[in-house]
Amino acid sequence: MIFELPLLILLLTTAAGALVVKDLVSAVFILGSYSFALSLVWALVGAVDVAFVEAVVGAGLGTVFFLLALFRTGEKDTRIHRVPVPRIALLGLPMLALLMLYGAGDLPVFNDPQAPAASHVSPVYLENSLEETKTPNVVTAILMDYRALDTLVETIVIFTAGIACALLLRGRGK
Amino acid sequence: MSTFFFYVMVIITAVMLVYLYRVVRGPTVFDRVLGLNGISTKAIILIVLIGTLFERVDMFVDISTGYAILNLVGALAITKFLEQRGETSGEERS
Repeated sequence: MIFELPLLILLLTTAAGALVVKDLVSAVFILGSYSFALSLVWALVGAVDVAFVEAVVGAGLGTVFFLLALFRTGEKDTRIHRVPVPRIALLGLPMLALLMLYGAGDLPVFNDPQAPAASHVSPVYLENSLEETKTPNVVTAILMDYRALDTLVETIVIFTAGIACALLLRGRGK
Repeated sequence: MSTFFFYVMVIITAVMLVYLYRVVRGPTVFDRVLGLNGISTKAIILIVLIGTLFERVDMFVDISTGYAILNLVGALAITKFLEQRGETSGEERS
């Protein structure tokens, strides 16, 4: 599908814009539009739920939280004073990107039924999850039974972040 | 028909770039909010068009409706917050 190309251009433009722009408020809004472009990419590859979360959290909630943090903290100067980029980063990061692109060439094609994940990981879950966990929904079985510890710690992380946000937002009347 | 939808998608993506210019350059905060809002409406249309691509428009219409509602709430939150802060002049802070 050739439509990925304009979306990729949009993604790269917004990402670069958020990095080079001189004002923090504009950087926040450009980051929001980056989230929209990213959620379109998710929708295009068929992960609609991820796209939804990306749009709600990344573009909506993230923008609001960034603005809150920006205006409720002490520093009122929202201009960014950038330091010049070190030369080693200018040289090293493109080489790292080339290395990663070279590695990505070996990944299985998207939607490939012969890919390792589709040929021996998914069938095991699809065939055995009902007998092993007695949970009718496969996604729930994977999240809540096979990866229960992982999900527990994720919940702890989200809970901690929520407490931190509540504390920060409440601390205004001090 | 799918070629037609494909070109519509490409053109809407190009239109998003125009809004992006306003978000980046926009002299006031309100320009940026409006630009972001425009981008989000284009994203909603694009999601429905992607639904035609997958031939599951019914599912994607539901999602884009939820998207639109949340967008409205988000934009209202941002503007409400800017109003509370006293950003009524719309001037860029310096």
